[in-house]
Amino acid sequence: MRGKYTKKTFALEIFAILLALVFLVPFYFVIVNSLKSFPEILVDAAALPSKLLFSNYREVWDILNFPRVFVNSIVITVFSNIGIVIISSMAAWKMVRSPGNFSKILFVFFVSAMVIPFQTVMIPLVKLGGLLGIMNSIPGIIVMYFGFGVPLSLFLYHGFVKSVPIEIEEAAKIDGCSQFRVFWKIVFPLLKPITVTVIILNTLWIWNDYLLPLLVLQDASLRTIPLATSSFFAQYTKQWDMGLAALVMGITPIIIFFLFLQKHIIKGIASGSIK
Amino acid sequence: MKTTFDKSTNSETVIKTKMKSITKTQKRMRKILSYAAFVGPALLFFIIIQIIPFFMGVYYSFTSWNGVSSAVEWVGFDNYKQIFTNDERYYDSFIFTTKFMFAAVVISNIIGFSFALILDAALKTKNVLRTVFFLPNVIGGLLLGFIWQFIFVRGFAAVGEITNIGFFQLPWLGDATTAFWGIVIVFAWQISGYMMVIYIAALQGIDTSLIEAAKIDGANLYQMLTKIIVPLILPAFTICFFLTISMAFKIFDLNLSLTGGGPFNSTQSVAINIYQEAFTLNNYGVGSTKAIIFFVIVAVFTTVQVMLTKKKEVEA
Repeated sequence: MRGKYTKKTFALEIFAILLALVFLVPFYFVIVNSLKSFPEILVDAAALPSKLLFSNYREVWDILNFPRVFVNSIVITVFSNIGIVIISSMAAWKMVRSPGNFSKILFVFFVSAMVIPFQTVMIPLVKLGGLLGIMNSIPGIIVMYFGFGVPLSLFLYHGFVKSVPIEIEEAAKIDGCSQFRVFWKIVFPLLKPITVTVIILNTLWIWNDYLLPLLVLQDASLRTIPLATSSFFAQYTKQWDMGLAALVMGITPIIIFFLFLQKHIIKGIASGSIK
Repeated sequence: MKTTFDKSTNSETVIKTKMKSITKTQKRMRKILSYAAFVGPALLFFIIIQIIPFFMGVYYSFTSWNGVSSAVEWVGFDNYKQIFTNDERYYDSFIFTTKFMFAAVVISNIIGFSFALILDAALKTKNVLRTVFFLPNVIGGLLLGFIWQFIFVRGFAAVGEITNIGFFQLPWLGDATTAFWGIVIVFAWQISGYMMVIYIAALQGIDTSLIEAAKIDGANLYQMLTKIIVPLILPAFTICFFLTISMAFKIFDLNLSLTGGGPFNSTQSVAINIYQEAFTLNNYGVGSTKAIIFFVIVAVFTTVQVMLTKKKEVEA
């Protein structure tokens, strides 16, 4: 497949570029029409705007309360990530370093839960969340993400820790380092590549998640970007001028995140799913 | 004298062994404590958030709980009987989801694999193209559904007017067939890039000398694909099929925002059906039953699928 750049390769390249353009057409439609007035969209959705209209964005910015929902999404994503990384890396390391039946069974227990669809636990979770007093609160939903995030993250850490040499840890132990110090000072820095993968996978999931926030966060002031967008569409059905502006605003943060970290993201996704 | 001496040594050894056993149990205790400190937090959150609700769900599936009242009445297998004999919509949602899953898995893997083959060539714009094809995957299903609602309803109509191609002039999302394929198209658009990334990683692992040798032997593209490339990267196919099957079968966000299950509930996925039963109709008991049945099917599907492809890998 790989090899010299021939005429054939050139033709393939042109074909691939055309394909990529087709792939991007939806973005063209969304961006172009978000800058038009509603009647102009109805006349011709394919044309460029006669003049750029930014009022859609100004209006939607206030209706969505965009700064608020943006901060909510950030807070939930960041703190869920921190918690998931801490608890799953610690658990995975200890389980690998204490071989035995107990660790083996525990590992299977964690991993087999990945088969459980969210819909199967969501109904009782709402009830249990009410009893525990973690409904309708941002710390509450973060704690829930801890629980849902553990299996996959622990699985990824577990696989990675196996490849980390044990000698350095043992030397540190002989020098009298406590377990926590050994882990945080020596082991955790070595886990960095897989930590990046874990954070990327969890960020894409939590940032875009819709159903858990829908069930847990009722107050309008607690809404995340997907929640605010869906309630916007429920209220302003078919008002595409504002709707498209809302969508552009909604997808911009995650696209920027992707474009900045794309190498890591694509690598992380590939390695995260191959393991 | 002798006896006392003996006694003293005896008691000394007793004390020594006692001390030894104390340090031993202490060491054991310390080991257990440190195990608990490291593994405990993850286990605790996992059990509270996933395992306890799971078993609560099993229990509720045998009740007529409505979510509000504190009285939870045990009804035995009534919910199961009702669902299996008298719930057409749930049945229909399974049929829709299964059909969708087959179409979505086949199409997104064909596209993803083709992209991977193209990008495996020595293209100059390789990295940019990879970014473009992967891009839709970072956007959540909910927002994608809304985006494509506009594309189907307004965008396709506009393109249809300009080009006069029949495909764009169909009543997109307006009837059961176009709504079905609409969801398949958006799913494929979102997932193909993801599959492509996995296939590319696998293709890069193939020894180029094998390909060169086949070329010299005069193998054509089709022979190279079926005899060399595909067998060598079968594990990637396992992963991709596993991922797409489970994603397609659990579809919710994209389905909800693109068609809302319509028209006339023709595109209602199982996940939406369960959500509505529980949270729109407030039948938490029946909803739980549906969720448990859903779990069993997902579990069986994924295990069988992994077992089948793993077996093939061994044979190859």
